[in-house]
Amino acid sequence: MAVLVDKNTRLIVQGITGREGSFHAKACAEYGTKVVGGVTPGKGGTTHEGWPVFNTVEEAVKETGANVSVIFVPPPFAADGILEAAGAGVPLVICITEGIPVLDMVKTWEFVKGSKSRLIGPNCPGVISPGKAKVGIMPGRIHKEGSVGIVSKSGTLTYEAVYQLTTRGIGQSTAIGIGGDPIIGTTHIDALKLLNEDPETEAIIMIGEIGGSAEEAAAKYIKEHVKKPVVGFIAGQTAPPGRRMGHAGAIISGGEGTAAEKMKAMTEAGITVVKSPAEIGEAMARVLGKA
Amino acid sequence: MKIHEYQAKEILRKYGVPVPGGEMATTLEQADVAAKSLFGAGNKVVVVKAQIHAGGRGKGGGVKLAKTLEEADAAAKAILGMQLVTHQTGPAGQKVQRLLIEEGSAIERELYLGLVLDRASARVVFMASQSGGMEIEEVAHKTPELIYKEYIDPAVGFAPYQARKLAFKLGLKPTQINDAVKFMTGLYKAFVETDSTLMEINPFITTKDDKLLALDCKINFDDNAMFRHKDLKELRDLAEEDPLEVEASKFALNYIKLDGTIACMVNGAGLAMATMDIIQYAGGSAANFLDVGGGANQEQIENAFGILLSDPNVKAIFINIFGGILRVDVLATAVVAAAKKLGVKIPIILRLEGTNVEEGRKILAESGLKFEVGTTMKEAADLAVAAAKGGK
Repeated sequence: MAVLVDKNTRLIVQGITGREGSFHAKACAEYGTKVVGGVTPGKGGTTHEGWPVFNTVEEAVKETGANVSVIFVPPPFAADGILEAAGAGVPLVICITEGIPVLDMVKTWEFVKGSKSRLIGPNCPGVISPGKAKVGIMPGRIHKEGSVGIVSKSGTLTYEAVYQLTTRGIGQSTAIGIGGDPIIGTTHIDALKLLNEDPETEAIIMIGEIGGSAEEAAAKYIKEHVKKPVVGFIAGQTAPPGRRMGHAGAIISGGEGTAAEKMKAMTEAGITVVKSPAEIGEAMARVLGKA
Repeated sequence: MKIHEYQAKEILRKYGVPVPGGEMATTLEQADVAAKSLFGAGNKVVVVKAQIHAGGRGKGGGVKLAKTLEEADAAAKAILGMQLVTHQTGPAGQKVQRLLIEEGSAIERELYLGLVLDRASARVVFMASQSGGMEIEEVAHKTPELIYKEYIDPAVGFAPYQARKLAFKLGLKPTQINDAVKFMTGLYKAFVETDSTLMEINPFITTKDDKLLALDCKINFDDNAMFRHKDLKELRDLAEEDPLEVEASKFALNYIKLDGTIACMVNGAGLAMATMDIIQYAGGSAANFLDVGGGANQEQIENAFGILLSDPNVKAIFINIFGGILRVDVLATAVVAAAKKLGVKIPIILRLEGTNVEEGRKILAESGLKFEVGTTMKEAADLAVAAAKGGK
């Protein structure tokens, strides 16, 4: 099963002729994802690395039957890229771009949340269902097909968790990178809901970080709705307040968003919370009885 | 990006939001001229305010009232150049290099207005409170029901009725309501047009002659939006920032200086935070946060080494890289070349994982340099802590 992306995924790449878009379109295709074309305004009618290029997302969807779009458009234009994909009715829109002005996202999200599209990101590594499809920038080869679902705000920390699982022989159903920005489309709760309802997913890893209160809300959701075992980790336990730790959303402000509060809420919700990032894989192995 | 109070007030003025008259001064002479002109214009009281990027300036002795020119000059002399310590500066404080010389106001009531991004609703929220002059976090903690909030629909904007609601809840007089609506509408416009992430008027005052004034103002801009605000970018005051952070920003390195002894070099913000955490669990402390990003090449690693080695507290360097797209062998080659070129003397502990990790470890082993390699994050953190302690 897996969620969000699989063998039925038909992917278009917004910004396919750019350096990043081109590189990752190839990497996704090499992994086995069905890439059906790309969009670069002004380059419609040409081909890029064998893929047809369209001027608009609407046209690309009509011609290729795409159901997922991944966005590699530079920050000043990326919010418009999201609007265009949602406007064209693409069911799943994954925005990799980091650095979108937050007020652009306020307006964009207002539109997207009322549309039929689901947005993942921005400022995220994307989504992978190992052995089925990869839509994003994560290294495919560290993954292994299996039954642990992952939801995370961070890219490399997710790879770290995946690697700890794979080297223990534990595979993953779907790993969802939701992104480190203050305003994101799919939240921890949304992703947990999907993984909870996925029959193939047996257990879940939830990785959060300082800033905001999405992890607390997710903990409450888990307590009330999720029967599958959850292992959790929060990055930034030693981060000083008032400083933005790399991600635009990773900041403790006004006493809100500390790792301690999040870990407390998660522990109270019955989540197996590990303090050290090196223990994520081990904790999951224990939870699954494979340690 | 943070700016000074006097700069924030200049922005408010442009948007028709009333602020007290005043001038910025960087020397005692300028302060004297500014105070003289304010007293000359008939002001009974002049306020001398330290301009630093931290709150709590009044309690720290950075704000003084003067009734004569002599008092104003003495206040300027006391504040300019002082090491101002507030709850936000840390124990070392921040050197005062700019003053705001401002006309005094006859305060009747001290209120609070603030605009901030609310993450949960993904909207801008306008907040108002009768508890002006206090830390709003404290009010929010003790009496959250006394903070009035209006969430703003981005498509509609801040509607006049919302401003009226807040104005009535603040208990303003009927004759002040229209001015308050104009005041708040101006603030929202300034917030949106300058791509702010935070705008606070604390205190927002009413005067004895029923006027409304922004007595203090704090604005933070969205770093991600500064590409479209060349004019606002110039308001950045590098003297208010850590010199190493300023240096790192020139190389597009995401670096934050901390107080520990183990320098970190990591790819990815989440892993960089997690690396700081694991150092603490191993009994050490991180000297910094540093995300070198996904495309770290030799030049960028040299730049990063340069920054890390400029911190005199650093006793060991911990490089924690998860090579995904970035291959470990390529990274190892870059680390070896950069370390040789810069002649790094302190211990370097690496933990490399991911694509081509065997080749990468071979490159390190054959480099002739003394690297310590941990196979797991925990092992590497233990090695780094031991190395940092041994180096003392």
